[in-house]
Amino acid sequence: MKKIFEYTKGMLPVSTHYCPGCTHGIAHRLVMEVLEERGLLGESIGVAPIGCSILSHNYMNVDMCESAHGRAPAVASGIRRAMPDKIVFTYQGDGDLASIGAGEIVHAAHRGEKFTTIFVNNAIYGMTGGQMAPTTLIGQKSTTGIEGRKKEISGMPLRVAEMLATIDGAVFVERVALNTPANIRKAKKAIDKAFAVQEKRLGFSFVEVLSTCPTNWGLNPVESLKWLGKNMIPYYPLGNLRSPEEVE
Amino acid sequence: MAKGILKFNKDRCKGCELCVVVCPKMILKIHDYEVNAMGYRPISVTDMDQCIGCGSCALMCPDGVISIYTEEVPAK
Ligand SMILES: Cc1ncc(C[n+]2csc(CCOP(=O)(O)OP(=O)(O)O)c2C)c(N)n1
Ligand code: SF4
Ligand code: SF4
Repeated sequence: MKKIFEYTKGMLPVSTHYCPGCTHGIAHRLVMEVLEERGLLGESIGVAPIGCSILSHNYMNVDMCESAHGRAPAVASGIRRAMPDKIVFTYQGDGDLASIGAGEIVHAAHRGEKFTTIFVNNAIYGMTGGQMAPTTLIGQKSTTGIEGRKKEISGMPLRVAEMLATIDGAVFVERVALNTPANIRKAKKAIDKAFAVQEKRLGFSFVEVLSTCPTNWGLNPVESLKWLGKNMIPYYPLGNLRSPEEVE
Repeated sequence: MAKGILKFNKDRCKGCELCVVVCPKMILKIHDYEVNAMGYRPISVTDMDQCIGCGSCALMCPDGVISIYTEEVPAK
């Protein structure tokens, strides 16, 4: 029998703690498929955040390091500089990266640190029970904004990919989504390019992945995919914002 | 399109139905009564012969439940 699809060896064959239908699992798999296909599983060191993906080191079949909330880019910078021949990535949520860790990511990009960041934007704090994130949409309900986010109180949702794309050190910046098979294929291509940038040591590479949080959105998994497509993609447009010629 | 044969790692399935809604042939279904080790009703297939091996379900599954194989050797 010929293989069409098998679960990547980059993922350990265990069940995850993620809620049913949470697309964190898809994001994990895409990163690990790319590392497996590039023959980098043995060469890679991941840095896990604080958030629902805090336990990603139990699932990703590479060496991993935990970091304090929002500080994954600082930890990754240290590892990358101490071990310049390794492939280093951070995997961070929007509460972790865009809120408490906003300074860390901006300066890692600004210094042009040669690692890759996978930024899982699900527009809410998942792990702690659905508080408002900088990325929560206008009108979107959260436990700290029960009437929905209001611009006058919380400002407009932060577009992190666009912000980082203004920084010279961030040489690859793309936003993708996990709501359809076609978008998942595109997401994998973007993640592959981000790691190609790192393999060529061209600078900091960043992929923002629009993801779901059915539990804290109060929607079932299938409704969540539709909600992402209808509400998140119009505000967070998909596509490449920056890419060096070397990986085109 | 090559004809697909699905294999499920049912104990990892959380019954989320993401695979069900992306299958163009609508042959995936949450099992009516089976319960897996985690307590979820896992995925099942209603008519394996109709699978075209497009891979959409496996792409969509967050939990690595689905593997797809084919017996056909694609023509050169
Ligand atoms: C210093 C510090 N402040 C606050 C917290 C509480 N905390 C844990 S996870 C989290 C937010 C996680 O949200 P996000 O990064 O969006 O990830 P998700 O869970 O949605 O994947 C917060 C505020 C913490 N662990 N440490
Ligand atoms: S709380 Fe949200 S982000 Fe966390 S595992 Fe559940 S669905 Fe995923
Ligand atoms: S997508 Fe995966 S976990 Fe969800 S029902 Fe289908 S096989 Fe089960």
